[in-house]
Amino acid sequence: MSWTQFFFYVFAGLSLLCALMVVTRRNAVHSAIFLIITFFFMAAVFVILKAELLAAVQVLVYAGGVVSLMLYVIMLVKAEEASQVKQNLGQIAIAAFIALLLALQVGSIVYLYFAQKPAGKAAVEALKYGGNTEGIGALLYTKYLFPFEVASVLLLAAMVGAIVLAKNRLER
Amino acid sequence: MVEIVIVTIVKLLIYFGIMLLFVAYGTLAERKVAGHIQDRLGPYHCGPHGILQPLADGIKLFFKEDIVASASDKFVYFLAPALAVVPPVLVLAVIPIGDSITIGGKTIPLAVADVNIALLYFLGVTSLTVYAIMLGGWAGNSKYPLLGGLRSAAQFISYELILGLSIIGVVMLVGSFNLIDIVRYQKDMWLVIKQPVAFITYMIAAIAELNRAPFDLPEAESELVGGYHTEYSSMKFALFFLGEYANMVVSSAIATALFLGGWYAPVHWLSFIPGPIWFLIKTFALFFFMLWIRWTYPRLRYDQLMGMCWRFLMPVTLLNILGTGLFVILKNGGL
Repeated sequence: MSWTQFFFYVFAGLSLLCALMVVTRRNAVHSAIFLIITFFFMAAVFVILKAELLAAVQVLVYAGGVVSLMLYVIMLVKAEEASQVKQNLGQIAIAAFIALLLALQVGSIVYLYFAQKPAGKAAVEALKYGGNTEGIGALLYTKYLFPFEVASVLLLAAMVGAIVLAKNRLER
Repeated sequence: MVEIVIVTIVKLLIYFGIMLLFVAYGTLAERKVAGHIQDRLGPYHCGPHGILQPLADGIKLFFKEDIVASASDKFVYFLAPALAVVPPVLVLAVIPIGDSITIGGKTIPLAVADVNIALLYFLGVTSLTVYAIMLGGWAGNSKYPLLGGLRSAAQFISYELILGLSIIGVVMLVGSFNLIDIVRYQKDMWLVIKQPVAFITYMIAAIAELNRAPFDLPEAESELVGGYHTEYSSMKFALFFLGEYANMVVSSAIATALFLGGWYAPVHWLSFIPGPIWFLIKTFALFFFMLWIRWTYPRLRYDQLMGMCWRFLMPVTLLNILGTGLFVILKNGGL
């Protein structure tokens, strides 16, 4: 086993462990802390896979931005109340459906690996642009421009929606 | 392989030592500068002109009683001060203190890691500083630190955007996230001349991110007792303090690399002085600038702070990006 493989298993295992801790902790703040750690180990896995840009964005956006906004809300909940929050919200059906989708995705990757088929063309295409950052940038603004724009519009709609919801409540 | 590991460890130890020295004497410099700006002498008793004051402060902090708030969340309470010191130490890895030196026929690059996403790494790692402050404020289970923590989180997230946006102008001109490439680009002309707006917005955002006066609302003594670290004492308090100064050093160092030409001498006939010395001089100059600002301007009001960020700095940085983009296109021969 090479060093790269060794570190991959270490980081992958630790990230799974921390992800498990996220869903099992009763205290929401502890969950958030473990979520940050999980993102870090995932970023480490990205670095091992030579996707440095993805790793940096992972830390910058998810560990640095998203979780800090989540924590902002969680912190306002009192500590005693936070530990008594209902853990089962009756969303088993939705959760199971999403888990199934994820399992199918992972399964397809495993199948492609064992059937010795190439897992995708994106990585090969990205190679011709040289660097990591250039590759992602060039693909995102040429071939995948439409999905990119759709995602942007969705985010904008979500933002406007959040403002409208908050404003309604204020006026009431 | 073994050689690389040893060289890296030695480099890390040296830079860590330099940073600790910088931090220790930064606290002394802060008090001396404050003193002279207010027409006093500042610390004067420990050694000549108070030169041993950081040592005395360190010993004092070590021997203070370590109080643990009984209603606190112990895990988070102990974690937060440690988190405050981690980000600046991690950033040390990408600071390009010099080009390279030759020892015994081997060329050794002076930066610890030559990463092609160094700037994103810097932004990502420093964005973790906010957790130390937020969690520190929350863990004490008391209202003033919590208010301080919340204020700081809002401020940090807003100004982080400005920090990132002001860097983009530099990245567009150089065409790389690599700090070493950025410094090499400035061999003939510093980027502060080409990107003056970016430099100013970067410095404002850096000071605001560090919660220093005039942006020190999260620790406004008159309203919030001491802010997020009210419930901490002894070495745990000292770690928050250490983290703040280490962050100042690191932000100054990154600004040096981005705007002030890194290790290059300002004029050619001065280039007999080695690069790392220049880098440290420039870093200290920016560090001094931060002290100077702190003791010159009064604290902003909270709405002024947020208004300045979203209504003034945001459009200015966006315009700077547009202008730089136009310049780059025209320079490359139009569309």
